[in-house]
Amino acid sequence: MGEFKVHRVRFFGYMPSGIRCMSFNERAERLALGRLDGTLEIFNFKDSFYQEKVIPGNDSRSVEAVCWVAERLFTAGLNGEITEYDLENLCPKYSLDAFGGPIWTVACNAQGTHLAVGCEDGSIKLFEILPEKIRFERNLDRQKGRVLSLSWHESGTRIAAGMLDMIRIFDVQSGHATHRMLVDRGVSGMRNHECVVWCVAFLSDLTVISTDSSGKVQVWNAAMGILSSTHLVSKSDVLSLAVSKDESSFVVGTSEGTVVQFQFLANILGGDEKAWVRTKTFKPHTHDVRALAEIGTAVVSGGLDTQLVVRPLLDKVDIMSYDNVLHKIHFPHRSLVSCAQKAGMLLFQFPAQLEVWRLGESEGRGKPGDTLFVKKNPEKLLQLKRKGEDHISCSAISPCGGWLAYSTVSSLRVYRLQCDEHVSISKVPKLPKVLRSAHQLSFSDDSSKLFAASTHSMVHVISLSQSECKHLHTFKPKSGSTEPVHLLAASKDGKWLAAANRGCEIHIYNLHKLKVPHCTVPIYGSCPTAMGIHPTSNNLLMVHADRQIFEYSIVEKQYTDWSRRVQREGLHKLWLERDTPVTHVTFNPRNAAQFMLHDTYMFCIIDQSLPLPDNKCQFYNQITLKSLSEQERLSHAHAFKMCTKYQHLLFLGLLDDESLVVVQRPLTDIASQLPAPVRLKKFAT
Amino acid sequence: MAALFEGFTLCGVVSGSARAEAALLGVEAEREEDRVVVTDCGRSVTVYKVSDQKPLGSWHVRQGQSLTCPAVWSSRSGEYVAVTDSRVIRIWKDDDTTFEKTFKATVCADVARIHAAADSEPVVLFARGAVRMLDALLEAPQQPIEEVLSEEEVIRSVCRCAQCFYSCKEDCYLYLQRFNPNSLHKYKLETGESRARPLSLCATVRNQSIKLLCLYSSGCLYQSVLSMRGTIQDGVQLLPRTLLLRLPVEDGHLSSASVVSLDEGNLAMVGVPHPSASAGKEFLCIWNTNFQTLQAAKELTGRIYGQLWSYSGRLYVPHGKALTVIPYECERSSLATALGRLQQDRSDGEQLVTTVVSWNTLLHEDTIQHQKGARGVETRQSVRHRGNNVPLAPMLRKFTVVSFTAVPSLLLLLIIRYIFLSCVTRDVEMILSGTADPELQLVVGRLASQLVSRCQSDSAFYPHHTLAQLVHTRCVCHSLCPNLLMLALEKKDYSLAQLCLQHFPDIPEAVTCACLKAFLDDLQTENLEPDSVSFMEGMVAVCKRDGALENGFSPVLLEEDSCDVNAPTTRAKGKADWLVLDMPCPVGVKKAALLNEILQTAHTDSFLLPHLKDLTAQQVVLFLQYLQFLYLKYYQDISAQAPGLRSPTVTQIMDWVCSTLDAHFTVLVMLPEARDLLFQLHKFVRSQVRLICELGKIQGSLQDLHKLKQTEDADLYSIEVIELF
Repeated sequence: MGEFKVHRVRFFGYMPSGIRCMSFNERAERLALGRLDGTLEIFNFKDSFYQEKVIPGNDSRSVEAVCWVAERLFTAGLNGEITEYDLENLCPKYSLDAFGGPIWTVACNAQGTHLAVGCEDGSIKLFEILPEKIRFERNLDRQKGRVLSLSWHESGTRIAAGMLDMIRIFDVQSGHATHRMLVDRGVSGMRNHECVVWCVAFLSDLTVISTDSSGKVQVWNAAMGILSSTHLVSKSDVLSLAVSKDESSFVVGTSEGTVVQFQFLANILGGDEKAWVRTKTFKPHTHDVRALAEIGTAVVSGGLDTQLVVRPLLDKVDIMSYDNVLHKIHFPHRSLVSCAQKAGMLLFQFPAQLEVWRLGESEGRGKPGDTLFVKKNPEKLLQLKRKGEDHISCSAISPCGGWLAYSTVSSLRVYRLQCDEHVSISKVPKLPKVLRSAHQLSFSDDSSKLFAASTHSMVHVISLSQSECKHLHTFKPKSGSTEPVHLLAASKDGKWLAAANRGCEIHIYNLHKLKVPHCTVPIYGSCPTAMGIHPTSNNLLMVHADRQIFEYSIVEKQYTDWSRRVQREGLHKLWLERDTPVTHVTFNPRNAAQFMLHDTYMFCIIDQSLPLPDNKCQFYNQITLKSLSEQERLSHAHAFKMCTKYQHLLFLGLLDDESLVVVQRPLTDIASQLPAPVRLKKFAT
Repeated sequence: MAALFEGFTLCGVVSGSARAEAALLGVEAEREEDRVVVTDCGRSVTVYKVSDQKPLGSWHVRQGQSLTCPAVWSSRSGEYVAVTDSRVIRIWKDDDTTFEKTFKATVCADVARIHAAADSEPVVLFARGAVRMLDALLEAPQQPIEEVLSEEEVIRSVCRCAQCFYSCKEDCYLYLQRFNPNSLHKYKLETGESRARPLSLCATVRNQSIKLLCLYSSGCLYQSVLSMRGTIQDGVQLLPRTLLLRLPVEDGHLSSASVVSLDEGNLAMVGVPHPSASAGKEFLCIWNTNFQTLQAAKELTGRIYGQLWSYSGRLYVPHGKALTVIPYECERSSLATALGRLQQDRSDGEQLVTTVVSWNTLLHEDTIQHQKGARGVETRQSVRHRGNNVPLAPMLRKFTVVSFTAVPSLLLLLIIRYIFLSCVTRDVEMILSGTADPELQLVVGRLASQLVSRCQSDSAFYPHHTLAQLVHTRCVCHSLCPNLLMLALEKKDYSLAQLCLQHFPDIPEAVTCACLKAFLDDLQTENLEPDSVSFMEGMVAVCKRDGALENGFSPVLLEEDSCDVNAPTTRAKGKADWLVLDMPCPVGVKKAALLNEILQTAHTDSFLLPHLKDLTAQQVVLFLQYLQFLYLKYYQDISAQAPGLRSPTVTQIMDWVCSTLDAHFTVLVMLPEARDLLFQLHKFVRSQVRLICELGKIQGSLQDLHKLKQTEDADLYSIEVIELF
């Protein structure tokens, strides 16, 4: 079918940040995840674990605890502030200083009326939740020593607080501590160290579960203030705790990377007397498990090794399906790389900086399987540090390599880039006022226009020229949706622009007729993860989080025949079961019927002229095809040409000279940059 | 492989001569694996703890009453159930001391048997064929019992595991009683033309089907498979059957015999003659039906009653005046275990081909021919008639040549019984040349066993050449002719023994050890197989060369190695000790060649070990010396393992060293003359272990070479060409 020259790039030093905390919203089935660098991510568990929203971090903000209150999201951090987020504009809405020093924990009561935060100075502060803000109500009795963990009783009248060496139970009404339960410091060598109660959970039957730094999980009777049982699960800290909704089981995470499940089981089969029993141990991580959530059928865990692991609890799973197998999420579900196809340049986006690289050149031609001699090495042209404290949320480089733009939540900057003999960069002054920040940036194919997706699903069109930048128009969706736009695609002929937002809407605008939006693609229930407009036929190709592929004819305003055929015949089971979303679409200029998709573990070329694979035929058939003769290949070939040679893909693009660029980030490279784990598993230990 | 272990007597059997049929009423399983309930023919029921050979409880019926069916243990209710005087059902528990105070119920028909299958209610079988559940019967003991069997039918045998029994008078019928829903099936048992009568029935239930084994008085064992879920058909059907085994029966009919299925492939039989033992001796045999081989046999003294039970790995056989318990073991039989662990893989290709014949077809063909060849049978009878007084060799020979192809096996017996030694050779040659390939194995097997039995009875008769020729055909194996190898040892015909060792794939470990013993003891023989001798000569010649080390192991290593407390003495003796690497061959070349054959036989360690213990200390020392010699030779000179010649491999040598040391370690430690040997062996082994460590290090570092290929992947940037199809 074709040979490709592949630039295999591994010099993108992308380093995800460790996971600090998480909170699962059961009603919306969304998981909010706080990372060490202050980034917040929201995963939609209904939609194939798609990373729906990312709120970029800020150097001055830390996220120590995250908490859903209905559909509102609050965090608190060591900067002493409680922050609520605007989930439509993906930025903090407001921050409120609690005046208690660094905040370690935040908890909301079951009624959703009050937030309690635990502070460094030993105070527990109650905040009343009002429709648009929160308001300080009062302090509970202040104690000595920091408050590291809090849990409300479901009645809302008591709070358990985990402190140093002790757990206290507070009566919310009076604010007094009613019980004081001392936690043992553990083995004799540790006597001098304080025992930190990392987590507490207050169950409805007045049981308190605590985990602490000496490796214990303890179950307390809060009504009497006595210890019921102790389970030693680790030699080091037990850092996280999550209780299932029905309170029949809980999981704890240790700093050795293990997750241990406990279940409330009858001592004898069928008996009435129940006890907490340690049942399962997983080791999903290599480092501290800092955050845990139990979501009914699975345990979600995250830690310093940066990956998010969704491990199914098979005893609670009835039918095996895509949703209840083990998932590991390593990479963001959006592209951090953009490619200047004409100039052979790559732009890498880090939270704090941008890097521009020029690809190398090879000498001669080779046959398939060869590694060519690199005549000219890749070259790092530029490293651009961002201004301000906000992390970069999106960036783009123009196809000609002459323009570069990035945005944070507070500012958007466009640069003119000249790389002849010397690299020079100049900031474009006097940007139009409308360009305050963007969720997504994109350049037109001829590099004459910049598209910036802004608040309320608006897309600004800016014309770029040497002399000035002019705001041409702002597209607004007819639907009035306020969800942020996360994908932009412009057609090669400069006529069409497609914008997809997190509300699964895809709007198509005509750049020649600015006044009226052209049309809206029928809404599909799953969020689009990648899209592109075909360079010749102007068909819009969309891939959704559930890996369905649609092709929509912009001109005819309807799905194409191929798209209907795909829907009629269905996609192959193995395709639908792939673990990571497709994050990029490109088209093969050599063959109009072919386009390329990639996810983390493969890229594939889909040939629309070939028959679709049915579930009976071999899906990964490249090796088989290789062994066949030319004629036989035709009869065995199907539309999906999968290539799994390149793993851990962050990006796959096609340059103008028709060579491919793959950007890989091997997990071993990420792991090698992590700090040493607490304990390494050695053979026979 | 199956094995019978040493048995022990559980209890005596008091059988009146009046009841010739049976020694005991029955042996039934109790609640624990280790307990059985023995019901004797008289008046007592006894519970035994088998491993202790101790009675745990015993109950007697009063004078004048008698037990008429074996007592069983009902696991459901935890009680024993027995029947006295055919109609009185008695139920009692452990703590009842006498029968008098126990529960009894009188029913209105004669009871034949009571069955107690595990986890189900006992079932009562009446003499006229009706079947009732025990609890249903006890609710109304006087309920009318229907008659299933007709007047002339009598229950002959009842199977324990499925409810089937058969009755026969002229014809034999098998009745199969099923429960849930209750139904009774009647099958007709074929008896064939020979009017063979079924002797013993054994049923096992596996995978929703009942496997019935039926032993006929003609010595044939048939298997029938009945589906448990089969459609119910009325009327009498013919029981489908397949022939599993056809056992040699001397005079045509067995009188009493019993068969018990041990597992899927193995079954135990009593009352069937051992294929190679002389008449008049009774054996308990384990046969493998998959390979049609005799797996184990044990001679039983005294008379056999044709009774046999098997519970939890033990066989219970009444014989003579005792009930003997014989533990057995059946490993799952596969070709690999059947042939042993070390099948010789270095033999030349052309030698290896052993024709595998389907015994079933052969045997069936044999039967057909047998029936067709009525003339042959007649002749045989007439010949035997006259053969009693006149040796009729010439005539017989003539007859042989003419009609051999028609009835081969029948005639072989005659030939060997009567013809002279000189004629045997020629006849056998003729037979061999005239027999078609698939038949050859059968013919040769019978021929060999008959020759051997004649040799055993007539000490002057020993056709060495013929036997060797038969072995050379590769159609004989040990299980086909178990006495051949022992006969060769007895006659000190070591060249034949060598042949057997080379060609038999299935020599039992006991026989291997007997050979080893004989070879180690004495040796005077000339005609060994030339290859093996030349191999040993080559090796001894190497040994006589000057002791230059060829393949790089440095003696310095050993000297470093010996830097322990007594280093000075070792150093002083060091040179001399070290030269022991060139030890002379402790045995003669021919003896060595024979020992090599032993080393190459297939064996299993666990079976070998007990027999190895029979060796005397002197033999062990000699054997170990030889093994050490071989080991050192192999180590010194890789070329010692000449590829073309039959020679033991290093692994085989090591195996035998280990087994021998295992078996005799305490003896060797105590023995002063073994001391030096053990020291040297240890020293050498230790140096080898060091060497292995070093090799491991080298391997470890070279292993990284493989990873080098991946390191090119670790480049930060490369330009590659790929092709998609």
